[in-house]
Amino acid sequence: MLAESLFFSAVLFTIGVVGVLTRRNAIIIFMCVELMLNAVNLTFVAFAQVHGVAGQVFVFFVMTVAAAEAAVGLAIIIAIFRHRQTVNLQQINLLKG
Amino acid sequence: MPQGNYPLFYTFHFYLFGIVSVVSALLFVTRKSPVAAALWLVNTMFCLSALYVLLDAQFIAAIQVLVYAGAIMVVFLFVIMLLNLGHPSELADARGSGWKLAASAVGVVLLAEVFALTRARAPQTFALPPGYVGRDFAQQGAIAPIAGPLFTDYLLAFELTSILLLVAIVGAVVLGRRRVDAG
Repeated sequence: MLAESLFFSAVLFTIGVVGVLTRRNAIIIFMCVELMLNAVNLTFVAFAQVHGVAGQVFVFFVMTVAAAEAAVGLAIIIAIFRHRQTVNLQQINLLKG
Repeated sequence: MPQGNYPLFYTFHFYLFGIVSVVSALLFVTRKSPVAAALWLVNTMFCLSALYVLLDAQFIAAIQVLVYAGAIMVVFLFVIMLLNLGHPSELADARGSGWKLAASAVGVVLLAEVFALTRARAPQTFALPPGYVGRDFAQQGAIAPIAGPLFTDYLLAFELTSILLLVAIVGAVVLGRRRVDAG
C-alpha cells in the first residue's frame, strides 16, 4: 500500500498548493497549508510501515508544529482584521509604498 | 496490517477512504463559504485518520482526530465565526484567470512528478522485513513502540517542542489582545 499512500498524499498536497495559489481569503489559505501538512503526514506514516516507527514519531512533531502555527497564525489574522476589517489578501498590502 | 497479498476488504477500504479524502479536499478548495470549506477539511482529516489505522498507526490516527479534527479545526471555525466571514463581499475570493492558470500549471507539474515517482523503484536497502512494524504493534500495543523512541532518541526534540508550544501560547496571547494604551 506504499505506492497508493504516496499517490493519495501527493494528490492532497497538490490540491493544497493549488488552493494557496487560487484563493484570496487568508483563513482558507491557512487551511490549505494545514492540508499540505496532512498530506506530508500521510507520507510519513506510509514510510513508517517500511522504514521503522520513527516516521510516526515525526508525525507527532509535525502535528505539534501545526498546532502552534495555527494558534499564532490565527492570532495574526485576527490582529490584521482589527486594522483592515478584511481577510482578503488583495486588500492587505502593508508593504506596498 | 496484512503484507504481500492484501485482502479485498483492506484494499477496498483503503481506496474508499483515499478517494473520499481527495474528493473532500477538492470540495474544500472550491467552496465559497469558509465554514463549508472548513467542514470539508474536517472530513478529509477523518478519512486520513482512517488511512492511518489501515497503515498500522492507530495512535497517530487517534491523535489526528483529537488534535487536527478536534482542536485545530475548531480554532479555525471559531475564528471564522468570530470575524463573521459569511457576508457576500468576502465570499467571492477566487483570484483572476492568470493566477488560476499559474496554479493549474503548478498542479500539473506536481502531478507529473508524482507519476514519475510512483514509477521509480524505492530503495530497498534500509527497508525492514515486511510486517515488522505491524508485529511490533501487535506485541507491544499501539503506544509503546512510539513512546520508546519519543522519550529516548528524540528526547531533545520533545523538550524543544514544549518550548515551541510555550512560545506559541505567549505569541497568540500577545497578538490577540486588544491594545488599550496606543489607540
